[in-house]
Amino acid sequence: MNYGMVFYILGWILRIESVLLLLPGVVGFIYREKAAWLFLLVAGLAFLLSFLLTWRKPKNTKVYGRDGFAVVALAWIVMSLVGALPFTLSGDIPFYLDAVFETVSGFTTTGASILPAVENLNKCCLFWRSFTHWVGGMGIFVFMLAVVPLLGGSTFNLMKAESPGPIIGKFVPKIKDSSLILYTIYMVITVSEFLLLWIFGMPVFEAICHTFGTVGTGGFGVKNSGYMEYSPILQNITTFFMIACGINFQFYFYLKDRKWREAVGMSEVKAYLGIILVSIILVTVNVRGLYGSLSETVRHAAFQIGTIITTTGYATTDFDLWPKFSQCILIILMMVGACAGSTGGGIKVSRIVILIKTIAKEIESIIHPRAVKKIQFDGVSVVHETVRNTSVFFGVYFMIFFLSLLIVSIDDFDFTTSFTAVAATLNNIGPGLAKVGPTQNFGFYSWHAKCVFIFDMLAGRLEIFPMLLLFAPSSWKRYT
Amino acid sequence: MKIIIVGCGKVGTTLAKQLCKEGHDITVIDKKASRVRALSDGYDVLALEGDGSSYSCLRDAGVETADALIAVTDSDEKNLLCCLIARKTGNVAAIARVRNPVYNSEIQFFRKGFGLSMVINPEQAAAMETARVFRFPSAISIDTFSKGRVELLTFRLNEGNILVDKSLTYIHQKLKTDVLVVIVRRGGKTIVPSGNFVLKAGDLVSIISGPGQAEVFFRKIGLETDRVKNVMIIGGGKVTHYLAKRLMADNIAVKIIEIDRKKCEELSEELPKAEIIHGNAIDEDLLLEEGIERVQGFSALTGIDEQNIMLGLFAKNKNPNVKLVTKITTVGFENVISSLDLGSIVNAKQITADYILQFVRSMQASVGSNMETLYNIKDTDAEAMEFHIREKSRCVGIPLQKMELKRNILIGKIFRNGKLFTPTGSDTLEVGDYVVLVALKKHRITNLDDILKK
Repeated sequence: MNYGMVFYILGWILRIESVLLLLPGVVGFIYREKAAWLFLLVAGLAFLLSFLLTWRKPKNTKVYGRDGFAVVALAWIVMSLVGALPFTLSGDIPFYLDAVFETVSGFTTTGASILPAVENLNKCCLFWRSFTHWVGGMGIFVFMLAVVPLLGGSTFNLMKAESPGPIIGKFVPKIKDSSLILYTIYMVITVSEFLLLWIFGMPVFEAICHTFGTVGTGGFGVKNSGYMEYSPILQNITTFFMIACGINFQFYFYLKDRKWREAVGMSEVKAYLGIILVSIILVTVNVRGLYGSLSETVRHAAFQIGTIITTTGYATTDFDLWPKFSQCILIILMMVGACAGSTGGGIKVSRIVILIKTIAKEIESIIHPRAVKKIQFDGVSVVHETVRNTSVFFGVYFMIFFLSLLIVSIDDFDFTTSFTAVAATLNNIGPGLAKVGPTQNFGFYSWHAKCVFIFDMLAGRLEIFPMLLLFAPSSWKRYT
Repeated sequence: MKIIIVGCGKVGTTLAKQLCKEGHDITVIDKKASRVRALSDGYDVLALEGDGSSYSCLRDAGVETADALIAVTDSDEKNLLCCLIARKTGNVAAIARVRNPVYNSEIQFFRKGFGLSMVINPEQAAAMETARVFRFPSAISIDTFSKGRVELLTFRLNEGNILVDKSLTYIHQKLKTDVLVVIVRRGGKTIVPSGNFVLKAGDLVSIISGPGQAEVFFRKIGLETDRVKNVMIIGGGKVTHYLAKRLMADNIAVKIIEIDRKKCEELSEELPKAEIIHGNAIDEDLLLEEGIERVQGFSALTGIDEQNIMLGLFAKNKNPNVKLVTKITTVGFENVISSLDLGSIVNAKQITADYILQFVRSMQASVGSNMETLYNIKDTDAEAMEFHIREKSRCVGIPLQKMELKRNILIGKIFRNGKLFTPTGSDTLEVGDYVVLVALKKHRITNLDDILKK
């Protein structure tokens, strides 16, 4: 590992975080809360540390693929450790491990909480909790590459490690411009959702926090009751924006450039919307009778499907009470996840599409052993490495899944709870079923289970390999 | 600028890396996925896999809005087609590599008829570089710029030369030549020297001079200046073809050793005056028999780098005074190669890339600036540039000694009313002058006023 460069980049990440920490500080001062000072204190500490780390730019600025992966994983850990400090210092979450769980859950846009009730928290802490979703949704490195005139040419490795999906592309030649475009699109979506929520009657503070939670596909709320109390129109707006943020941002880039045909032709987006539509129909049919009218049923079905497939994690109804068939659909959607290149988590629709095509190809090769067939995606043949990487991803994904399940089950809760708890964290969703259902929380788990969940959340957000790389001894080897 | 590069071979890659470093928006296109991926992994470029000579692929790359298109695939026809498409779809400066000798005489037609900005033939460019070295034996490399008015010559200062351990002021006073030492390269570092700088043995010294001045300078410092009278060339490829033609036009006798009988016959048809030897040059006896100990110029131009290096070292060993040019095809390893005593190195790919870079830079420089040409000095961190002063600016009318220049900037030559001269401290810059100056790249000078301290 190029330690000089790793520390340098970590320094920059801390500097960005120290600036971000000022925002909850401002919110705290508006609400005249003492905890606001703590945010300033932590921001100051982070800035000081960052100042020391970036004091001197290392001579060797080369960031190889492995360094890129390692530094991204480390940065997310460091970010979470620092971001957790205000929660503990303010006393809102007395145990540091719980605070770290909450922050990781925020940055990774999971939305799983250890808090039984949130309404008595400081407003600035609530704001910070939701704001981490917004930052983590698009990614802090994407942000850094947009604003910091940083490194040499190999910064693409950083973006690759952080951006979700099997095929990472750029929109325009320069990473900086590409990142800027991403964040511009993100900003536009954020502001429009906030305005809509606000116009249709949500109080400003709640509108801001819920906007962060939606566009980052996170799921932290500011109400004990979640989304259940809000009016149908607010719920529908949120459904729309959740699903919109689960779409590959390449789609919006095409729209921006008026390339309608390319936008409509994106097979991943088509598959994603298709899955959503079919699921809504199935669930609506399955849960009919639970709610008063058809429109209410569809609204709840759409909201829950949207919240689960985009891995957001809000709930307008306690889907723990739904029939098993609908619950099973939700569990499957948890695994599928959103599109690559979106703010959502999970395995990603494009991976599923590639995997299904690989399976079809494999079957065909049994029938016609000499057949030559290239897997196509959006009219372009997928290179072998991507296919291999996708297959390996599935293998590793399920290995981690079951290993986590094994460790978590030491706590001796029922199978549904353990299974959906792991699924909800590894896919960055938030709520699961049974004891971790939408009206429950993760607070009752033992410390070692929480550690596993923290790892799962990070692994899920960074798509596993960067986190695994930290366990390979050779990636810690120093070279200059 | 937005630049599209078609073809990611060595030249395409070199160009992409360098232009990317200089802050341009680069899109590269290649048929091979692995090649474009290698580039996009390591550098901040947009990589497209596809056929660059297809309209749809070029449109995906954004040819309509691009500023320049550089076609450097291995096929001449494809390169030309790329450029044609680019010219038809947008207002793009098109640059093509065309290496087939058949097209060589048609370059002017390509430029006028097809509207190409630049057509480069790597082998011919390499041959011209080589020929210059033989015609100018004392210098290691010669570059001309400012429409040929100014030459930049680089030579290595050997032990025992009268310049060793002398300061530049002393040298300029003593020799009384209109030549200025502008860059010294010592131990991998580039220095733009001031008057009290002292030269050491082993330095790579670059001077700029007007035409004819360099010969006087070299005679005075005891380096022979008369051009070579005969040259032995190993290998009968395209470079040899162009080189022999050029040398014989200057009445330099040429002897070519080529291993392939058929090629020998072709060469003999094309170059009736040259002496063509059929034989394998990797044979000490043959080389000795053909007089390697007596030739004044020797150039190894076979297709294999290792052979060229071996032959070059052998020639130098048998004949220490020989003027040596070694052809290297590999891009990279400059440090290792320059540590060997191989004389001048010609690298057709590097030369191609340098020419194109120079073109792109001057293209960029000419946008909203008074810069005429920008020349990147090989293997150094310095660049030479020429400005045409069209209007009054902060630099005009002040004696040079009173000007507060940034460090490591040297005003080399002024061209005024048809006369070229090296300025002294009391000279001023005037409107209408052409000014040639040398500066470190880090200053990023794009306008004449950039040379002044803020």
